[in-house]
Formats: sequence, C-alpha cells, structure tokens
Amino acid sequence: MIVYILCFILFLVGLFGILTSRNIIKIVIGLSFMEFSVYLFLVLIGYIDNGQAPILSDNIAAAKYVDPLPQAMVLTAIVIGLATKAMLLTMAIRIYKKFNTFDIRKVTSLKG
Amino acid sequence: MEITLSILLVFMIVGAVYALFAKDLLSALISCGIVGYGLVICFLLLKAPDLAIVQIVVETITLVIMVAVILDSTRKDLKENIVIREKGIPFINARYVFNVLTVVVLTLFFLFFFNQAIDRLEPLGQHVTRMATGYIENAAEKTGSANLVTGIIFDFRGYDTLGEATILFTAVMGVLTILRLKGRKEQVNGE
Repeated sequence: MIVYILCFILFLVGLFGILTSRNIIKIVIGLSFMEFSVYLFLVLIGYIDNGQAPILSDNIAAAKYVDPLPQAMVLTAIVIGLATKAMLLTMAIRIYKKFNTFDIRKVTSLKG
Repeated sequence: MEITLSILLVFMIVGAVYALFAKDLLSALISCGIVGYGLVICFLLLKAPDLAIVQIVVETITLVIMVAVILDSTRKDLKENIVIREKGIPFINARYVFNVLTVVVLTLFFLFFFNQAIDRLEPLGQHVTRMATGYIENAAEKTGSANLVTGIIFDFRGYDTLGEATILFTAVMGVLTILRLKGRKEQVNGE
C-alpha cells in the first residue's frame, strides 16, 4: 500500500512544480513528473506476485502472467506524452524567440 | 518487492524535488532524468520489459530536445520570492501565496479521491485479471503474436492505436506549424 502513497506524493510534487514555478521549462518538467506517477500507478495495479512478463513461451507451461492490459494502455500513453511534450517545448522555443525569456510573468501581450 | 519499489520511489521523489528547486536549468533537467530512468527500473521490476524499452527511448529523446531548447538561452532560475521589496519596503507577494493556497486546496481535493480509490484497490500483487484472462488464453491463436502486449495493442485494441497515431500526426503538424519561421507571402496587388 505504501507504494501507492509514494506514487501519489510524486504526483503532488509535479502539481506543486506546475503551479508555483514561473519558468516554462520547469513547468514542462513538473508535467512530466505527473505523467510518470500516473504510468507507474497503472502498471502497479496490474502487477501479480511471482508473475512472468507477458510473453508466451513453450518452456514455461501454464505460467502466471502479469496483467498485460494496463501495460498496453500505458505504452500508448507514453508515446502520446512524448508528442505533447514536444509540442510544449516548441511553444517554449517560440516564446523565447519573441520575448527573450522563459519567464511567464513577462509574457503578457496578446499579440502573437 | 514492495520495499525495493519504495526505495526506488523515494529516490525518484528526492530527484523530483531537487529538479524543482535547482538554481540552474541544466541541473534541473539532469534530475528530471533521474526520475525518468528510475521509472525504467521500476518497469523492469514490475515485469514490463516493453514499457521499459519505450520509456528509455522517450526519456532520452525528451532530454535531448530539452537540452537543445535551453542551451542557447539564459539558464538562470526565475523563482518567485515570498517577500518582494519595493523602494526598500518589504511586501508579501500575493501571487505566491495564492499559488501555494491553490496547491493546498487541490491536494486536499485529490486526497479525497485517492482515499476513495485506495479502499477499492487490492494490495500490491493480489490483482486478479478479469478482462485480460481472455486475451491471455486466446492471444496466441487469434493474433499469432507471442508478446501479449503487442497482440493487445495492434489487434484487440487496434482502434486505440489508430487514435494514438492520429494524435501523433496532429502533434507533428502543430510542431511544424509553430516552428515555421515565415508565413506564406501575401500576394502583391496587381499580379
């Protein structure tokens, strides 16, 4: 049970980073911490004691496998997380070129 | 098993906290790498080799992109101070207090739902497969793949992968659109 609680703490650390830091790069870092904790939580749910990795093989007959369904879903989520992070970083590049800073307090003008 | 994972997770949390409070952006990125690669080891311990491989690749790519973004920019930290001084008179920064209050309120909000969720969860390792039982039994003959995760992603849950490909395509189009330096030239009158 303590593993779930530690996962939740990692999520809260990411949340704190997003809400209190003023640097775009640090906001992206905090967002990735939240993503990581959710991935780990989902994989933890599917774990079975003494289970094998979900790969069929002839040597181990009637083996117990860990749940492959959360793993497949998390695999999808990881790739989507990479795409959104790349998008955020591109926006950071453009903001830096325009305003010469990563500070979101300075980014106040609406004109693109 | 649980103890090993807990030690790893405490290590990751320490790295995460250091990343948020680091003075230099480059060291913040390196500590972000601690969390990402710690996650890889957790995946390996949890018998998820496919996830570990994908996470290594994704983490490396993200680190390289982030370092490329910050390398030719200012790396100085832009932290919000609790006390700001204006003409020598100290003020309490209202925005910082508001942000911390938001964090506290959201923490309580999430804690409520976490409490409700933790009541229904089985303890670690006591999971009983419900939906995946059919997948495990029939995957070999229905999909012909020895790797169950591959079989689920590309066969049983093929539509999810289609949606994932759509999102990837959209993200790539967005990146190309934002990064394009010049817009299309406006047509000159009279041509």
